[in-house]
Amino acid sequence: MTSPGSADGSKPLLEIRDLVTHFRTDRGIVQAVNGVSFTLGEGRTLGVVGESGSGKSVLSRSIMNLLPKRGVIRQGEVIFDGRETSKLDAKDSRKLYGVGMAMIFQDPMTSLNPVVKIGRQLTEGLQLHFGVDRKFAMETAEELLRSVGIPEPAKRLNQYPFEMSGGMRQRIVIAIALACGPKLLFADEPTTALDVTVQKTILNLLAQQQRERQMAMVLVTHDLGVVAGRTDEIMVMYAGQAVEMAPTDKLFTDMKHPYTEALFRSIPKLADPSHTRLESIPGRPPNLISPPVGCRFAPRCIYADAKCHAELPPLTPVPGEPDHLFRCWHPVSINTHKLVSAAAPEGN
Amino acid sequence: MAGTGKAHLRPQGTALLTIEDLVVEFPVGRKGLKVNAVSGISLDVMEGETVGLVGESGCGKSTTGKAIMQIPRPTSGSVVLEGTELTKLHGEELRKLRPRMQMIFQDPISSLNPRRKVLDIVAEPLGIWKIGTKEEREVRVRKVLDTVGIDADQAGTRKPHEFSGGQCQRICIARSVVMDPKVIICDEPVSALDVSVQAQILNLLEEMKKEYGLTLIFIAHDLAVVKNVSDRVVVMYLGKICEVAAPDDLYAEPRHHYTKALIDSIPEPDPTIRPDSTDALEGDLPSPVFPPSGCRFRTRCPAAQEKCAAEEPQLAEVGPNHYVACHFPRELVAAH
Repeated sequence: MTSPGSADGSKPLLEIRDLVTHFRTDRGIVQAVNGVSFTLGEGRTLGVVGESGSGKSVLSRSIMNLLPKRGVIRQGEVIFDGRETSKLDAKDSRKLYGVGMAMIFQDPMTSLNPVVKIGRQLTEGLQLHFGVDRKFAMETAEELLRSVGIPEPAKRLNQYPFEMSGGMRQRIVIAIALACGPKLLFADEPTTALDVTVQKTILNLLAQQQRERQMAMVLVTHDLGVVAGRTDEIMVMYAGQAVEMAPTDKLFTDMKHPYTEALFRSIPKLADPSHTRLESIPGRPPNLISPPVGCRFAPRCIYADAKCHAELPPLTPVPGEPDHLFRCWHPVSINTHKLVSAAAPEGN
Repeated sequence: MAGTGKAHLRPQGTALLTIEDLVVEFPVGRKGLKVNAVSGISLDVMEGETVGLVGESGCGKSTTGKAIMQIPRPTSGSVVLEGTELTKLHGEELRKLRPRMQMIFQDPISSLNPRRKVLDIVAEPLGIWKIGTKEEREVRVRKVLDTVGIDADQAGTRKPHEFSGGQCQRICIARSVVMDPKVIICDEPVSALDVSVQAQILNLLEEMKKEYGLTLIFIAHDLAVVKNVSDRVVVMYLGKICEVAAPDDLYAEPRHHYTKALIDSIPEPDPTIRPDSTDALEGDLPSPVFPPSGCRFRTRCPAAQEKCAAEEPQLAEVGPNHYVACHFPRELVAAH
């Protein structure tokens, strides 16, 4: 199956095949990620979009081997830089972190150690991976802080995280992640805890660093606005499955899956006049312990029929467009006439 | 950004709620320093109107909402609801007015008592005020739950943890409208919710507003959400008002440099808009303990000049129903 990422001919850096991550709980097995596959080329950006509980964060943690061994069922292949990494133990995984792949999280305060100075947190990885001496590591750290736009970097090295604002802390977290020059960066909701104005500077910073370092990035977010214009491809996730995958421009102009469409329509847009009635998605995401038998979005889908409730649609390409995949029996464009009639009574 | 000035207030006596020169300060440390959370803002809300308060965290928007409720009481200034000065009221007199104003908070799950059943949670305010008999109360509670889309027969005896965030916010809304209030202050009511649920709650608020004749003060950091619900938008920065306008005018022609920066920062779900085509706002929010002199936005403003440091700009009318507090407001791009 062709996946986005390899479509542009760039060398694949990360290949995920049928990744499954389930959690054993007292109530049953939670099917958090269910058979996700994608390929990410070197230096490319993939946006992973979904609501809470869609499995987007578990997906990135699963790829990075960050989940505990106990109570977690993992299947599928993760091929990073030509090497299968999903079976690595904790010790070997650690050799990969920082130099191979790195991750930044949503809350910059909790991802920094509150009682360790910035300088030491930044140089830890450098000393561990490259065995450089402290002095050289500190100089590199100062350079890194300057490159992520922190004023007076030498002074900051001697400070603690609490002495900085949220935006500054996220810059530090980015500097730490970039310190050892990873080939792939996972950014898991990197700006959700920040103000809009700060969000923009952080996203710009990530884009700039990515360009300079030729680094691939997986940008995980719930906000379609964040991934538009900042990613090459987008994967939309719903209830642990990829429901649509396409190059960014194509996804926004020619969305096939009703969930993508519904998600897009429920966002308040600046171009709309005030008091425009929003089209909400009825109901709520399914329970992942016993997900629906058929299409997982069927219970909330306005186009769903008997087949949708009975049979899970496969992820298939749009005819003639191998880079655009969707998982639906009744893709949106075919339903356009139905859409108009269904939306009209609710629209006013 | 100054924000003192009352040019934007509607004629006296016409508004349902009027706030004048509201100041809220919190003491810090032992040296007599204080956080200037809200520094002399005035605003009014007409009956049936939705006023949106927007700004980044730390701009004083939530503090303003709470000061209107008198929790905590503002340091100075006046809050007049339907002709009654709230800041002068004490004890029982103030308590009697409480049902007129209700509040909805950001985190719906923590705003509900986890050990009580939904029917009891929504009925509690009626019980406190001894309204009607027990049976009458239950009828009213069921009706309110029904209007917010919660099935009382099925869900009434369940507890908050059995509901999703969106459903809990519906219960919070039911609890706030059950007393038939005049004004509801919504403090970031949708920022903890997923986009698909956010749309449900925003639509519900609009319906409730019509059904119960509510007046809303809608506090949020998301400009697109505020634009959707508001009749008038007030942009705040560091405890002051920058700009006041009808939402469509404000977003089409922001006159304050801060408003412009805020609007430019919103990530639009449109890949044809390159996010790096406009500059991001530089620097961090100054400390509210030592706010900048003159215009508080001058330290980050692209158009700041000497006058901005020396003199605080006043809110002035720049267009019909459009007020800005800036010495050098942005020129209109297109002439009409």
